[in-house]
Order: sequence, then C-alpha cells, then structure tokens
Amino acid sequence: MNYFKILLNGIVKENPTFVLLLGMCPTLGTTSSAINGMSMGLATMAVLICSNFLISCVKKIIPDMVRIPSFIVIIASLVTVLQMLIKAYAPDVDKNLGLFIPLIVVNCIILGRAEAFAAKNNPFASILDGIGIGLGFTIALTLLGCVRELLGTGHAFGFELFSENYGALVFVLAPGAFIALGYLIAIVNKLRG
Amino acid sequence: MAYILIFITAIFVNNVVLSQFLGICPFLGVSKKVETASGMAAAVAFVLVFATVVTYLIQIYVLDACGLGYLQTIAFILVIAALVQMVEIVLKKVSPSLYQALGVFLPLITTNCCILGVTIQVASGTYASPGLDHNLLTGVVYALCTAVGFGVALVVFAGIREQLSRVSVPKGVQGMSIALITAGLLAMAFMGFSGVNNGLQKLFGIE
Amino acid sequence: MKKLQSTWYNMVAVLTVISVIAASVLAYVNSVTEGPIAEINQKNLEDGIRKVLGDDKVAIPEPETAEDGSLIYRTEKGFAVQAKDPQNASFGGDLTILVGFDVEGNIKGYTILKTNETPGLGAKAGDWFQQGSKGCIIGLNPSKNNLTVSKDGGEVDAITASTITSRSFLRAVNAAAHAACFSVSADATTCATKQQHMDKPEMNEDIEELKFDKTKTLNK
Repeated sequence: MNYFKILLNGIVKENPTFVLLLGMCPTLGTTSSAINGMSMGLATMAVLICSNFLISCVKKIIPDMVRIPSFIVIIASLVTVLQMLIKAYAPDVDKNLGLFIPLIVVNCIILGRAEAFAAKNNPFASILDGIGIGLGFTIALTLLGCVRELLGTGHAFGFELFSENYGALVFVLAPGAFIALGYLIAIVNKLRG
Repeated sequence: MAYILIFITAIFVNNVVLSQFLGICPFLGVSKKVETASGMAAAVAFVLVFATVVTYLIQIYVLDACGLGYLQTIAFILVIAALVQMVEIVLKKVSPSLYQALGVFLPLITTNCCILGVTIQVASGTYASPGLDHNLLTGVVYALCTAVGFGVALVVFAGIREQLSRVSVPKGVQGMSIALITAGLLAMAFMGFSGVNNGLQKLFGIE
Repeated sequence: MKKLQSTWYNMVAVLTVISVIAASVLAYVNSVTEGPIAEINQKNLEDGIRKVLGDDKVAIPEPETAEDGSLIYRTEKGFAVQAKDPQNASFGGDLTILVGFDVEGNIKGYTILKTNETPGLGAKAGDWFQQGSKGCIIGLNPSKNNLTVSKDGGEVDAITASTITSRSFLRAVNAAAHAACFSVSADATTCATKQQHMDKPEMNEDIEELKFDKTKTLNK
C-alpha cells in the first residue's frame, strides 16, 4: 500500500464517523458549534497520531497478553498530557469541551486504530494513518458542527446565513445532533452509491 | 425526597444518553433487540455502581491524598478495565446463568464512555444533586440512577427499532441513518421533561 | 527483533515499565503546566472582576467568604461577588458567575466563570444579559427589581428556548446580591436600600422570597 493511499483511506474510504460509525459520543456531544467540533476533531487527531506512532514503536516489546492494558495506559497518558496542555494554553477550549477531553481515552477510534493498524505497521505508516483518520474525523465533526450551527443559529465561523431569530434552535440542542448526523450519513451513503 | 429528585433528574430530565451524549456506542450498537438491550443495561448498571464506589475511594484516599490529581484519567480507566475483568471472572464462578446473560456485553463496557464519564463526574463532584452534599452515598445513587436512565433509553430505543425493522424505509436512510433520526425524535420526547426537576424541587421544598 | 513472549515475567516487567514511564511523563508535564494553569485562573478572575466593575485598574483585595460560600471582593469601585446557582440545577451541574455591584446594589456587570452547559447554549448566557441585549440586567437592582424570568413573573427576558439556563443564571445573580448584603450589613449600604424597600407593598413577593432565603441561611 503506498503512503498516499493510507492517508486518503482515513478521510474517504474508512471515514471514522460516516463509514465506520465510531466515536459517536464526541461526534454528537461536541458539535453544537462548528468551532467546538473542529477543536474536538483536532484534539482527537493529536492523540491519535501520537498513540499510533508510540504504539507502532513499542509493539515488539509488548507481549500479546498485556497488549490492551499497555495500549490503554499509553493512550490515557497521552490524553492526560493533552488535557493539561489545553488547560494551560487554551483555556477556552477546555471550557467548551469539558468532560469530553478525558473521554477521548474511551473513543473507540483510537484503540481501534492501535489494534487494527499501528500494531501491524511501521511507525511512519502509522503516523500517516493517524493523520488520515484524524483528518477524516475532524472534517466530519466540523461539517456536522457547521450544519447544526447554521440551521440552529444562522451563522457559523463568523459567516452569517440568516438572522438568529429564524434559526431552528432544536439543531443546537440534543435531538438536532442525532437528526443532523442521521441525514448527513444518509447523504454520504447516497454519494458513495 | 432529594434522592427521588436525583432519580427523576438523572433518568428523564438529564438522561445520560439522550441529553449528555455519553454511552452512544452501545446505545446504537446493541439496540436491535429488546432482549440484548436489557442485558446490556443490566451489565452497565452493575459495573457503573461498582466502578463509582472504587474510583471515588481512589480519588479521595489515593489521588487527592497524595496530590496526584493528574493521574485521574489513567487510574480510572485502569480501574474500570480491571473491574470489568474481575466482574467477568467472579460472575463466571458464582452465577453461570447471570454470566451467560451478561457475559457477552462485559468486554464492551470498558470502552463505554458512560462509565468513565460518570465516574469522573462523581469523583470531581460536577453532577447535579440539589439539596444534598456530594459524597459517596449521593454519588452511588447518582450512578445507579444514571444507569437506570441508560437502561430506560436503551430499552425504549430497542423497542422502537424492533418495530422499525418491520416497515419499509427509503433506501437512502436505511440502517444507521434512520436509527439516528429515531434517536433524535426520542431525545426530543425526553426534552419534554426539562424543567420537571425544578417544579419537583419547589414541590419538595428543597433549597 | 523477535516479539516478546507472553511469559509472566515479561508481562509484569513491561506493564511496570510502561506505567512508570507514563506516570513520570505525566508528573513532568503536570509540573510544567501547573504554573500557567494557576496563572490563567487567577488572571481570569482578576480580568473578570475588573470587567464587571467597569474599571481596568481597580486593586483587588483578598476575598471575604459569605455564609453560602460565595466570595466577595470589596473594592473601592463596588463589590464583585463570585456566586453559584444555589439549586445547582442547570443542565450538567455547576454554574459559577461573577457579578459586580455598585455601593447602591445596582448591577454593574457580570461574567460567567464556569459552566458545564451544553456547549454553545450556556455560552449564550455570557452575552444575553449584557447591556443592549434583550435580557439586559445591567443597572437593575436585585433588591428593587424582580430578577426572575418573565415566565415566572419577573422582569428579565429568558434566553430563547433556554429558560432553565436563564433561571439558573438569575438564581446565581440573586445569590450574589444576597451574599453581598450579608457581608456589608455592618455598614449596611446595600442592606439599607433593601430595608427601605421592604415597606413598599408592591415588592412583597420578591422580599418574601429574600426573607425566606435569609432565615434559611441563618438557620444553617
């Protein structure tokens, strides 16, 4: 498999949100606005790249039977490092994402990629896989965030489509998350044929 | 009375799945049949209450006592993973019938973010318990109620999906898409309960 | 290099080594970020106090703690009170706000310090009640004005579709006013205003509530 393919694989063919349907909690929980969705996607991507790289480096020295606990420890420490960095240098992000930052640990995408890709491939390919899947996740979250914010409040990323008074607020609230994602998946299914 | 309030708030008003977005994966994954859904709900309730007690004690007597607050995530996830394994082993020995009913779901629970999420909420005292202090008892009650809320949402959703499988759905929205839209409608129904907790609070005279 | 076998010794050794490395990395990052985190919290608080009092240079004193746990910063430009929603009943728990009062007890400004609300929605409370917005509370006085949402018979417009957040927010504002009153009861500027208005009949409901609150807090 060439490296470009690995990169593209995560964004299109195995898009974690629209195709694999993994990591639904942050997908729904943090996309009430486009910017929140994007920061969550980027945070997850950072953890994913690092965890893929580290796990791919140490895969040889980890006995099979303690594979999962070792991976979990590595992922959990990466997440904690990220959490502390965000708290220190991007407090607004911490304010908005709150509980969902430590919950990156239990995001099935990360453990899933560690198992399915990083434990079998070399470090460089694993980084690329991390970037690809991470980008796929970020794009999906940003898209969902944009749709929800646009429909709900009429503007996203400072771009105003219509006045806030005409927004269907339900899209910013919990039910809108499910409904918007449901229709986005339907559209993606249609496009994929 | 205050405990009843926690109960109602956690199940209906602030449902863990439908308004807090925790535990979506099993909510979407094992909700095709009511039977499996109730099995999963029971397994989650079991592990969640256990995990809450253990992690709360660890938070107070180990992490806070030694100033190791930054190890919270890593300690909790390991405790949960170990606990799930232990429950599995004990259950296998003690009650094979229960193990048969819940066994399949146990390994899935480690990565159920509802467990880690709720244990963090309880350990750091960021859950709503009007009129009561945050302590082990209210924490456990909150965890149990959350688990019941998870179960209610899961079983109701599974019931809807069972019905849904008998009707013809347009090709584009088949599968996960229609499931998500259904979940959205269910969440909207649960939103009808918002504010009930404040009314009850006044009724019970809790400050 | 050959993959390590799953022997008892190997497994224990690997897990221990990984855990030790993980713990030491975390300890290191923690020591690095601890300073900035504390600094940011402190800075946020100071900025918040200056913002709600509308004065960039005011000196910030040590806080006094009121009976309900609110923190009161008594400055020469008025009071800044850090308070929580006493019912703790907004979606997802804690709502902590900072409210600035002048010596008369009029609200000069407010800011939200901490919220676990739905991202996006709760954040709205940060703008909604400011000067010039629909739900403006600036200039109102909790002892004269009924600071509840219009649905409950009060004077404040709730955030569209977010009545619960709005109620929670206003409870926190009232708690702040309440705390400030207690803390200054010695020189009694704010409390005096409150006392005067107690006689006015149309304020009955509001005052009843305040009295009720007061006795409850005192009983504790």
